Amino acid sequence: MEIVLVSLFNGLVYGMLLFMLASGLTLIFSMMGVLNFAHASIYMIGAYLAFTVSRFVGFFPALIIAPLLCALIGAAIEVWGLRRVHHNGHIAELLFTFGLVFIVQRSVQMIWGMLPMAYRVPPSLDFSLFTIYGANFPAYRGFMLLVSVGMLVATWLLLKKTRIGLVIQAALTHPQMASALGHNVPRVFTIVFAGGCLLAGLAGVIGGNYQTTEPGMAESMGPIVFVVVVFGGLGSLAGCFVASILMGLIMTFAVVINTSMLDLLRPLGITVTGDNLFTEILTVPVARIGALLPFAMMIIILSFRPRGLMGTRDT
Amino acid sequence: MSDAALALKNVGKAFGNLEIIRGVSLDIARGERHAIIGPNGAGKTTLFNLISGRFRISSGEILLNDVRIDGLPPHKINRMGLSRSFQITSIFHRLSVFENLRCALLWSMGYRYSFWTPLWLQRELTARTDAMLEDLNLTPRRDTAAGLLSYADQRALEIGMTIAGGASVILLDEPTAGMSNSETDNAVALIRRVSKGKTLLMVEHDMKVVFDLADVITVLVYGQVIASGPPHIVRANPAVQEAYLGALDAA
Repeated sequence: MEIVLVSLFNGLVYGMLLFMLASGLTLIFSMMGVLNFAHASIYMIGAYLAFTVSRFVGFFPALIIAPLLCALIGAAIEVWGLRRVHHNGHIAELLFTFGLVFIVQRSVQMIWGMLPMAYRVPPSLDFSLFTIYGANFPAYRGFMLLVSVGMLVATWLLLKKTRIGLVIQAALTHPQMASALGHNVPRVFTIVFAGGCLLAGLAGVIGGNYQTTEPGMAESMGPIVFVVVVFGGLGSLAGCFVASILMGLIMTFAVVINTSMLDLLRPLGITVTGDNLFTEILTVPVARIGALLPFAMMIIILSFRPRGLMGTRDT
Repeated sequence: MSDAALALKNVGKAFGNLEIIRGVSLDIARGERHAIIGPNGAGKTTLFNLISGRFRISSGEILLNDVRIDGLPPHKINRMGLSRSFQITSIFHRLSVFENLRCALLWSMGYRYSFWTPLWLQRELTARTDAMLEDLNLTPRRDTAAGLLSYADQRALEIGMTIAGGASVILLDEPTAGMSNSETDNAVALIRRVSKGKTLLMVEHDMKVVFDLADVITVLVYGQVIASGPPHIVRANPAVQEAYLGALDAA
């Protein structure tokens, strides 16, 4: 029982972290029409910047400064990079962001080195929030949940209830019409890109000390975020939210389930013995294939529903 | 100030070696309703894209109220008082009818990119949007997603969005394309009503609409103007009859 509750919390925390990354990626996708490969790289930059900034001014100022720096980096990438290659079509944009991944990774290695950073949870949040069935729930996870829910609400209000949100929604679907109505669409695109990078940076700040801040973190996070965006449906924020939470829960629960296929078959009176490949596969516990599950689910949804959960266009 | 609201001076446009627009000169007088007709591929929509700033012109000059606008980005041209609609309906499908119109009004009411002022506090904006809805007979559909409107209502909404910003020069690209006869009659009445006091330039294939609405007709064939003038003179022009109206008269 305690495992279920603790995993539920952990899954929610991880799901919200995924959503912070995936929401920015989805918004940028709606605008560019291509996936931004370098999105998880911004997440990594956010974590490293937070580590460095927090050494000088402490964690809480870094929580604000690092995402803002990421937004500036994003704006620079859009204005001086993407906008120029945009004329050459989607493939050029895709390759541009693909190249960016390597540039960011090498730069991070050159500046901060190959080893993991000692980026730790701030002492003021390093205590146990409550204890359920003898298991401790760290306060920092509660804090992560709080920050990500706050960000979710803020983004929703911005998009649905303010003028800039209205113009963003308009420009995402019909940029030409929006510019024919007097809206500066290139400026809107820069704002969206910078905003997406801000969210990714924030995810990096609160995720960097939850996981580890090391040069491989973009590489390990990137594919999962892609899966979430594709699973939820390209261009759909609601679908992206559902997929993030679902994926967070699945990945958290998978590592604590020790049952194998064989255990599920046993109550039905089926037993398999022997030393062959078939038995081998059936006896693998779920925990060992946990990391595979998101990708397996993506393949399944792509085969049966290419639009994803709530997507508006085919993948 | 000359009395031309919009003037094209020897405008040319080439894509690579392909010349689409070949030295078009046009003066569109203030308050005039001007129709551009011509066979498919004559360059009518390209001409619109040049005027509205979507494409850059290769040669010549375009003046809006005596100010050069060629080379400016579309949103700047719009802010100088020229607004256009698109041949393919380009409303924002997922937003409600009300939000579509509000989006069209935002800039002209000087709201720019304000992040923090919430939309629901802007009573004047809401009031003007509702007035526009009434004008377009779309009030019952105020909160419907624009994508769910009937085709004719979508086109009406787009015309509404085009004029909402208060532009003095309106470009309509085939406003009645794909409509039934009665829908077309309604659209013509709407265009006549909302273009009052404004300069209207439109591309249209429906000759009934053209002769009904236009004060001046320009015939474009292979990127060149072959005739321009009041409807009865253009209709009588032998070159026009040969190039374009011939088939219609025979029918």
